[in-house]
Amino acid sequence: MMPLQLNQEETVTQADDRSSFEEKVIGLLDQLFGAAMRLVKNREDAEDLVAETVTKAWTSRRSLKDPENFRPWIFRILTNTFISDCRKRAVRPQTETFTENPSDAETAFSLFEELHQPFLLWWSNPEKEFLNKLLREDLEKAVDALPQLFRIVVVLSDLEGFSYHEMAGILKVPVGTVRSRLARGRGLLQKALWRHAKEAGLIKESKKSSERFYEKDKNDRL
Amino acid sequence: MKKTKTIGCEEALKHLLAYLDQELGSAKRRELEQHIEICRSCFSRAEFEKLLKTQLREAGREMVGASLEKRIKTLLGRF
Repeated sequence: MMPLQLNQEETVTQADDRSSFEEKVIGLLDQLFGAAMRLVKNREDAEDLVAETVTKAWTSRRSLKDPENFRPWIFRILTNTFISDCRKRAVRPQTETFTENPSDAETAFSLFEELHQPFLLWWSNPEKEFLNKLLREDLEKAVDALPQLFRIVVVLSDLEGFSYHEMAGILKVPVGTVRSRLARGRGLLQKALWRHAKEAGLIKESKKSSERFYEKDKNDRL
Repeated sequence: MKKTKTIGCEEALKHLLAYLDQELGSAKRRELEQHIEICRSCFSRAEFEKLLKTQLREAGREMVGASLEKRIKTLLGRF
């Protein structure tokens, strides 16, 4: 009977569809969960976010034109779901006080400039020692402390390794915006690490970076 | 072969993060690499940023618990 045959075919296609979808999702689960953890900051909500993302991805799977783009596509769903969940919970996205254009004070902040001591001998490397002292927890806290707008790009770039072009597609913003958010996010992240390190006593009180900058050996800069 | 333009610290630092993100065009990349080779300060800065980036990446790695994998599989089984 024709209708039955059609139904069987449909069922077979659906099953194939599902098993290839499942394979892709399971292959990306650690990454999706890792990003979700830094976005929502706790395991339970991260698991819910991933589950919601997978459900939405399945429902809108036909909107994915090029199967090669599965990874950026599902991360787009993840970030969108996160943003709309925040809105629903009336957690004001912490963007109001932040303009898109980074201020010099934020993007110019450099941990390296704070830590580097150009007059030291080559085998002494305080900035590397500092990084080696940092624990995973310290880095997590610094990422978690970033305002949402900047946290998303830092997570997508530094944790998940997406290109600027892919991030522009995920966030539906121009590449220039990705660049400026990333620069600002990284500046803020380094500032947070610096603050944390000072509080935790990882570094001794030092001179202001500006003072150090100007006293830097002029021959050291080209 | 085309001679690579010589750039200073300010220019190098401006493009350093894009370089580490592998987002620089080949001409700019060569200029920057050449600068880093001869400038100790920018070389150390590049090494520092690279290490921080690696550490961040490692810190972001999470292992999914068995419960989430099971939950996702059950979820997909219902579709």
